[in-house]
Amino acid sequence: MTDTAVRVRGLRKRYGDVDAVKGVDLDIRRGEVFALLGPNGAGKSTTVEILEGHRQRTAGEVSVLGADPAKAGRGWRARIGIVPQTSNEDPQLTVREMVRHFAAYYPRPRDPDEVIEAVGLAEQATRRVGRLSGGQRRRVDVALGIIGRPELLFLDEPTTGFDPDARRRFWDLIQGLAGDGTTILLTTHYLDEAEALADRVGVIAAGRVVAVDTPGRLGGRATASARVSWRGPEGPQRIDTDSPTQVVAELSQRFGGEVPELTVTRPSLEDVYLSMIGATK
Amino acid sequence: MTLALKLGLARGALELKTFVREREAVVFSFGLPIVLLLIFGTIFEGEVGDTGVDFRQYFAAGIIAGGIMSTTFISLGISIANERDDGTLKRLYGTPMPRASYFIGKTVSALVLSVAETAVLFAVGGALLGLEPPATPQRWFTFGWVFVLGVAACTLLGIAVSSVPRSGRSAAAVLNLPYLVLQFISGVFFVFGDLPSGVQQVGALFPLKWMCQGLRSALLPDVLLAAEPARSWEHGRIALVLAAWCIGGLVLCLTTFRWKRRHER
Ligand SMILES: Nc1ncnc2c1ncn2[C@@H]1O[C@H](COP(=O)(O)OP(=O)(O)OP(=O)(O)O)[C@@H](O)[C@H]1O
Ligand SMILES: [Mg+2]
Repeated sequence: MTDTAVRVRGLRKRYGDVDAVKGVDLDIRRGEVFALLGPNGAGKSTTVEILEGHRQRTAGEVSVLGADPAKAGRGWRARIGIVPQTSNEDPQLTVREMVRHFAAYYPRPRDPDEVIEAVGLAEQATRRVGRLSGGQRRRVDVALGIIGRPELLFLDEPTTGFDPDARRRFWDLIQGLAGDGTTILLTTHYLDEAEALADRVGVIAAGRVVAVDTPGRLGGRATASARVSWRGPEGPQRIDTDSPTQVVAELSQRFGGEVPELTVTRPSLEDVYLSMIGATK
Repeated sequence: MTLALKLGLARGALELKTFVREREAVVFSFGLPIVLLLIFGTIFEGEVGDTGVDFRQYFAAGIIAGGIMSTTFISLGISIANERDDGTLKRLYGTPMPRASYFIGKTVSALVLSVAETAVLFAVGGALLGLEPPATPQRWFTFGWVFVLGVAACTLLGIAVSSVPRSGRSAAAVLNLPYLVLQFISGVFFVFGDLPSGVQQVGALFPLKWMCQGLRSALLPDVLLAAEPARSWEHGRIALVLAAWCIGGLVLCLTTFRWKRRHER
């Protein structure tokens, strides 16, 4: 068994005359949480759906858990879990009926009631899916994605429509799964989510991967110059510097103690991301 | 295979549960043949030719065949088109569920609904129009195989035809047109022998005509043969045509079934 869960080389996808994915390379290790970021229409869902075996690629090599998703069979599907970007459950079934039924498809399912509890739907377990709120319905998707105890979990914008509390609980859930060794590939538009969950993030724009790194180092974030800002006698001041500690020490001397409204910041993941996306336009 | 069967039965149960909870489906697809039987059963009058057989009973036998087609061909065609459109099929495709289980589930639910539909039509037809169940074991046997072959053919065709509508929304409209036309040219609303011969020939190409004829042979007295164009119940030919449609439907299902929407490849 290799320690690579996903290996992609030169992946291309054309829809008619639209080049959606133009040569993507990707390596995801077993047990890793990998976040795919990118603007609308960048090709995230297309890439993910090719890895799930839902779409056919135009060109390139793809290996997911050692198999080609375009040809893989039932045994392979039992090892992956899918939470699609959009979906519809049968509105007439209850949450529990639905989750129990899907559990029967898998050889080693998780306990349905535990899964319902884990996604925070215990109180709604006997309610029909059609009568859930949007965010609650989304949690059913997540439940169905993890019910089969997947080795590799695909999450395409899983937390869209979650309230802040539900999102935090979802993060805990994902961290728990990752702690148990589940490999996770997620796409998201929330940079805090990527930062909280991902071991590495890949930024994809216009069908190409423009950067892959840990959230802390992406785009030279760790070594980027820091910004020191404060309020001086003539108004708000700021300096971009590579030695913020020294600047603060000097300021402290100048003000003879406390520096008014002092902050030291480095570019946030969002800053880095936005400048990266801006550069590809 | 046993797993596919087990999960197929579980899916069938789930489909039935959904169907019963979906009040609209119950009222419209399940109720339509019953309403038709009630309305036309009280409007129509007279006998079939000079055979002395009440036309309303002739009509009742036809509407049972139409009811089978409604709970199989129409229901399945629409529900599968919708499931393709809303991503239900895609989701199932992404699980290790054996593909056969989906079709077993659909077949099981269609079969159960057809039996229920037929039972209700029998009850209503019996109470209102004096329609009697098959009189002899032999006729029960005829009824049985015509029913089973008819359900099988229409189920397979329903699965196959679900790929024709461009979206779930248009499915009902797309499927009801041929269904309605077939009812007119297959001997449901009119005595088949009274139709122009060109129309009879077209009707004879499709399964509904043969289902109607088979059910008449099981439910109505043999004096009716005088009004049948062939002067015979043609059991061999009924079996042959329905079996041919089963095979054709199966081939269509195996070659054209899509788990994804039209543009999702
Ligand atoms: N079925 C399709 N037919 C034609 N074009 C498509 C199809 N699906 C996607 N596309 C196009 O391919 C490109 C990539 O789409 P994709 O869904 O992969 O983007 P995404 O990164 O997931 O975007 P979002 O963040 O909005 O979900 C887009 O330009 C889109 O219009
Ligand atoms: Mg997407």
